[in-house]
Amino acid sequence: MSVAQTEALNFECETGNYHTFCPISCVAWLYQKIEDSFFLVIGTKTCGYFLQNAMGVMIFAEPRYAMAELEEGDISAQLNDYDELKRLCEQIKRDRNPSVIVWIGTCTTEIIKMDLEGLAPKLESEIGIPIVVARANGLDYAFTQGEDTVLAAMAVRCPDKAPEAEKNDRNAIQKLLHFGKKKEEVAQEESEYVDHPPLVLFGSLPDPVVTQLTLELKKQGIKVSGWLPAKRYTELPVLEEGYYVAGVNPFLSRTATTLMRRRKCKLIGAPFPIGPDGSRAWIEKICSVFGVTPQGLEEREAQIWASLEDYLQLIRGKSVFFMGDNLLEISLARFLIRCGMTVPEIGIPYMDKRYQAAELALLEKTCQEMGVSLPKIVEKPDNYNQIQRIKDLQPDLVITGMAHANPLEARGINTKWSVEFTFAQIHGFTNARDILELVTRPLRRNNNLKDLGWEKLVKEEAKV
Amino acid sequence: MKLAYWMYAGPAHIGTLRIASSFKNVHAIMHAPLGDDYFNVMRSMLERERNFTPVTASIVDRNVLARGSQEKVVDNITRKDAEEHPDLIVLTPTCTSSILQEDLNNFVERASIEAKADVMLADVNHYRVNELQAADRTLDQIVQYYINKARRRGELPTSKTEKPSVNIIGSSTLGFHNQHDCTELKRLMADLNITVNAVIPEGASVHELKNLPRAWFNLVPYRELGLMTARYLEQEFEMPYVDITPMGVVETARCIRKIQQVINAQGADVDYEGFIENQTLYVSQAAWFSRSIDCQNLTGKKAVVFGDNTHAAAMTKILAREMGIHVVWAGTYCKYDADWFREQVSEYCDEVIISDDNGAIGDAIARVEPSAIFGTQMERHVGKRLNIPCGVIAAPIHIQNFPIGYKPFLGYEGTNQVADLVYNSFTLGMEDHLLEIFGGHDTKEVITKGISADSDLSWNKEAQAELNKVPGFVRGKVKRNTEKFARDRGLSEITLEVMYAAKEAVGA
Ligand code: SF4
Ligand code: SF4
Repeated sequence: MSVAQTEALNFECETGNYHTFCPISCVAWLYQKIEDSFFLVIGTKTCGYFLQNAMGVMIFAEPRYAMAELEEGDISAQLNDYDELKRLCEQIKRDRNPSVIVWIGTCTTEIIKMDLEGLAPKLESEIGIPIVVARANGLDYAFTQGEDTVLAAMAVRCPDKAPEAEKNDRNAIQKLLHFGKKKEEVAQEESEYVDHPPLVLFGSLPDPVVTQLTLELKKQGIKVSGWLPAKRYTELPVLEEGYYVAGVNPFLSRTATTLMRRRKCKLIGAPFPIGPDGSRAWIEKICSVFGVTPQGLEEREAQIWASLEDYLQLIRGKSVFFMGDNLLEISLARFLIRCGMTVPEIGIPYMDKRYQAAELALLEKTCQEMGVSLPKIVEKPDNYNQIQRIKDLQPDLVITGMAHANPLEARGINTKWSVEFTFAQIHGFTNARDILELVTRPLRRNNNLKDLGWEKLVKEEAKV
Repeated sequence: MKLAYWMYAGPAHIGTLRIASSFKNVHAIMHAPLGDDYFNVMRSMLERERNFTPVTASIVDRNVLARGSQEKVVDNITRKDAEEHPDLIVLTPTCTSSILQEDLNNFVERASIEAKADVMLADVNHYRVNELQAADRTLDQIVQYYINKARRRGELPTSKTEKPSVNIIGSSTLGFHNQHDCTELKRLMADLNITVNAVIPEGASVHELKNLPRAWFNLVPYRELGLMTARYLEQEFEMPYVDITPMGVVETARCIRKIQQVINAQGADVDYEGFIENQTLYVSQAAWFSRSIDCQNLTGKKAVVFGDNTHAAAMTKILAREMGIHVVWAGTYCKYDADWFREQVSEYCDEVIISDDNGAIGDAIARVEPSAIFGTQMERHVGKRLNIPCGVIAAPIHIQNFPIGYKPFLGYEGTNQVADLVYNSFTLGMEDHLLEIFGGHDTKEVITKGISADSDLSWNKEAQAELNKVPGFVRGKVKRNTEKFARDRGLSEITLEVMYAAKEAVGA
């Protein structure tokens, strides 16, 4: 381990030949999150086959998403796009009657320049269901950025004023927290909050995590007025000019920009609430914006760290290499460095230095405080080159996309799938343990197997 | 435009990639957007492949869209050539990138100048054909390429092998139980005293292809993959082929008799009748099983069959002829080859269904309420919903089709496996029925009741709601841990906060 470094973070860019999931995969979690939605992916057999196999979700009885499969007639523009989409959307309305239909554009709609944004308004007024257009294609985006395109499109649809009568109803989380309580109790609870401008959080998280983060802020007297996305499309949060917004995921830079430029909201730029260190920094930053002095945060963080000690012992001093897949890499690396690990390289599909500025600063600070070298950040990595570097570095753990996991394992390298961090609950104080549960699993498993002497399972001549 | 929820066969480039990566030391370059390299995941995860999948994407992005691939594809080909030294590099677009109509042939020509490897463009219409057709075509194309190359160099062998020999055509990566089938076929050929001249494409080197004509005949066990190649070899070299799928006791015997006829016509003098009789009556358990009292209960039971041509046809015949099960309808999703299927199964079932619409198939199952389904993973899910047991007999592949143990569908061991599959499907059905009668099934309500009873602690509504969101199989544990935490601290009511605090405290 080297002495504290003072040089700045080092960014590189490679060929972009890396493995990741197509961004249309966001459908798989967003359709579950937004319960009254229907997602229509407009693309080719390739897109459909990917969704079917990667997500394994289409097999369920009647999913709330489907493919509009483009056929030769659509590609050669012999058929009228509007009529075709109308026919499909009417069928969806008849069969499922959703509150919103989200059109997911794909590479093909980009290539044939199908004007989805132009078609949607006319069709939505004709069939009477809102149509949101997100161009989550694989030409421009990687994996989790699909969520970014959908949330950016939905941000535009958030109401700018709540009708008076509905005001209380709109806020699903508050409703949940008040569930079964009497009026007086609610009023009493309201007084637990300090007076601050409305705050809306953005990023799709499983409901329990939404509740957890909302409660964490409540402890500081800060009230979350709404989440984008909400559980139902009809409950999208109100966004008035001057509202504050804060993101919970590092891959939402377009959504952040849309909220600032088009909705005139004020973005709170904070590290992301991943790991106890990130969670504390996130809450502190929000508190500072609202002039609140955080209570008990330091103790809370310390207490979480103490509870993680059994896992920390397994990973202290070990190294982890991120090949790059889901854009959670910086936050995870920062947390793992705080846990005592070293990180030689962070591959990441795309690096928005502005939106991730606070996270990058915290990464630098963490490295200095822990006395370890700054990682090299490789944007658009080249997996082949990375594998050569992994061979040289022999890291204790590689966090990688699924395509490389078995081959690396066969060569005696511990791996963990990056997608697992996308789908697991990793945000906030409460879930820090779950991150380490994932990170340490291969190490624990291999400790168990070590005595068997089965380190390498490929013959030497096998090429890497 | 078509509203689609599920696909039985994949897009064309998957078929091409399956062939390319089945061969040894062949690399495929896929001209495609970043998100299309899912094939690598499938091969790595499903086949539990230890080596890196020899497929690289030459990525189509905004730049390519605006200015064309230019040097990119050529660079990627020559780079892989230098890094991996493959014998052959196959370039393929996906249906998405084929819309760009770039002159990929030109890229291939330019790359061939520099590359040491042979370079070819997969000659497939990505909009018109599916995975299965593309696989068949790509195999044919690669075989033709190497036969022609050898002919130009005067390297084609002129004689046959001394003893009767066979090429087994059609075993490929990510095929339904292909690896185990292949082992079983090799055993069968050994029993028949037939030398295996080559197995293609799985595990073969392209250098071996010029020796294909040395075999006495070609065996094509799967209808979907290998026929084009076999027909080409027949036309070029007058090599006969046997395309009877050796699945089930009757068809396996028919396949062997056909082999006997084919090699005796070329001067051998073999008689396999004794072997067939011995295998059928004493080695394979399937024939005995059909006569056993166990199987009597299956007589006249109703079943439906759905899958690819090979497996759906073979399964229909087994059920109807060998087990006395009433096949109400048999169906295939291989629409492009529907006539063959009709001809094969018409006499063994009441109705033939040709469709690749999973909704229609689901409805057809619901309509006839069979006692068992033999279909794909999709029909298994339909079966779950309708409470009808389903044996999976055909692709689309799933991790369950890559069992660690030996589970072929072909040959005599295959007959045992299939008999087990049939019997288990029906008996599980029966057990299910019994469970239903005696109320042995867990239901959500029971679980919920179970966890809120016998406890001195009270869960408030939000916490209870939260607990119900926890997946069933860990819910009990979460509940116990939370209550323990609450008791230790003398709390009588469990709120959301208590729940989360308990979660954090675990391991503290
Ligand atoms: S049980 Fe799960 S993994 Fe298996 S087929 Fe069903 S959805 Fe897929
Ligand atoms: S990369 Fe493009 S073509 Fe491929 S699955 Fe994604 S959207 Fe579809």
